Amino acid sequence: MIACIADNIISPMGLTTEENFSSVSKGMSMLRNHEDTFGLPEAFCASMLDRELISGLFADHALSDNEYTFFEKLCILSATDAISSCALQAECEDVIFVISTTKGNVDMLETEPDCPGCRLAFSAEKIARYFGNTNTPVVTSNACVSGVCAQIAAIRLLLGGKYRYAVVIGCDVLSRFIISGFQSFKALSPEPCRPFDKERKGLNLGEAAGTMILENIGGTNVYGNGSLWEFAACSNHNDANHISGPSRTGEGAFRVLKDILEKIDRDDIAFVNLHGTATPYNDEMESIALHRSGLEDLPANGFKGYFGHTLGAAGIIETILSMKAVETGVIPATKGYGTKGTTYGISASSATRETDRNTFIKILSGFGGSNAGIAYRRRNVPPCATPRKGGEA
Amino acid sequence: MNTVSQVRITREETILDGKCIFTGSITELYREFAGDYPKFFKMDSLCRLGFMAAELLLKNIPAPIRENAAIALFNRNGSLITDRNYQKTVSDDNYFPSPALFVYTLANIVTGEIAIRNKIYGESSFYILDEYDAALIEDIAASVFITSSPSLLLTGWVDYNDETDYLADMKLVTDNKTKIR
Repeated sequence: MIACIADNIISPMGLTTEENFSSVSKGMSMLRNHEDTFGLPEAFCASMLDRELISGLFADHALSDNEYTFFEKLCILSATDAISSCALQAECEDVIFVISTTKGNVDMLETEPDCPGCRLAFSAEKIARYFGNTNTPVVTSNACVSGVCAQIAAIRLLLGGKYRYAVVIGCDVLSRFIISGFQSFKALSPEPCRPFDKERKGLNLGEAAGTMILENIGGTNVYGNGSLWEFAACSNHNDANHISGPSRTGEGAFRVLKDILEKIDRDDIAFVNLHGTATPYNDEMESIALHRSGLEDLPANGFKGYFGHTLGAAGIIETILSMKAVETGVIPATKGYGTKGTTYGISASSATRETDRNTFIKILSGFGGSNAGIAYRRRNVPPCATPRKGGEA
Repeated sequence: MNTVSQVRITREETILDGKCIFTGSITELYREFAGDYPKFFKMDSLCRLGFMAAELLLKNIPAPIRENAAIALFNRNGSLITDRNYQKTVSDDNYFPSPALFVYTLANIVTGEIAIRNKIYGESSFYILDEYDAALIEDIAASVFITSSPSLLLTGWVDYNDETDYLADMKLVTDNKTKIR
């Protein structure tokens, strides 16, 4: 059995999972208009981290600050919190690092186009080595679905038996490179985004880092505390349709949901956490996929109205927030949503809803025709004879 | 895993299942072995390389089998060659970002191009490793069959550093049960 034993989220809304979930519960958002950031000719609305705050926090932890970029500091800070909360010995041979990012240190291209730090896996090695881990870290770079792909890659490697723990980190930071690209696509909303809504005008970008620690715990609960987050199902399908536009039939997302529904009980599903970027095409596509899967009436929600689209972090932080929602029995509202704006129903709500169910589905779609989904179940697992504190070998 | 077919494309030669079948550039390889897909010329170098390797591996695979194939590719440089080109289009004195170029600044677009051409609706994943770690690549490829049952898996290395330094070393594999031919 694969369990998620610890997690962290760092975003403009908080430095821990608890702080972030609390901010979501209060309906907060840090989406702001940026006029001169990155010296771009056009303003944009985004959720951005305070660089000085992060550097200050990092200076408290690290020996040699200058060796690490802003992106790497964020990954390290997020992983440090998750690793320490479960007392994982991250340097051990049975621990693998999996890092989800679309562009890593791409901002370095502005000044040092040939530096090794521009390579995503070079950066990943620095992060793993910071924790004393010598295994080759894996980077999943699958555009917007990277965060779910990283979880799937980690889970499979754990099931393969060679590793016991995976430190799965998702992170992207904004830059002139990334903002200009989304602006060129005319994909950005000039105001806070409105997922699934009739008036939605596009997406907002956001910065965040998230970490999940996954463990292959075998058949029993080594933590002895009753409930655990158990991996339930996963799937990945391509639309085979277009490299930058979602399928008109929602084919890939539909196939993802179909696979997952074969492995979990519909009556256990609390909600589906959608990609919900608030672009006209993405949200429409998701409504079609839900309709084809018979999931229109199931509660659905999206987190982009709080955090923006955090790219490689999105699949990680939105999975963690969904876990918190099930644990507290409260499905967060979809911030920005008001009036139905898709052909088929998406059971989104501008208010919170209660749930007593124990399973959720998280889906994502992205450039390259990628679609990925994962389901986790909160479940009571009998403790084993000698429960241990997290991470002790 | 059973290997159905394998291909290796470098600047010097293209080797299919152990035999050298071509010497020349990727564009010349396209004209010789594909030729009917004008979208090829819109692709960046990484996509052209991966696309041609997939063409050679998949040409005899029937469409119903291709539909349920999975793609899991690896490299070191991601989409850096196109990232550098795109960066040049957003400098202060020369600002003309284009969506047609920006989309290729994602390494996984090559898996999408292959999926579109071959109508592959299975998994598409792209992994980046800083070292060619053969054992880890094999582990990740084999692990695709743990949580899914693709008809076959298109996997391997596809890395484009510059026009003199590129390598596609890709293969089609099945799990130990399925027979393709």
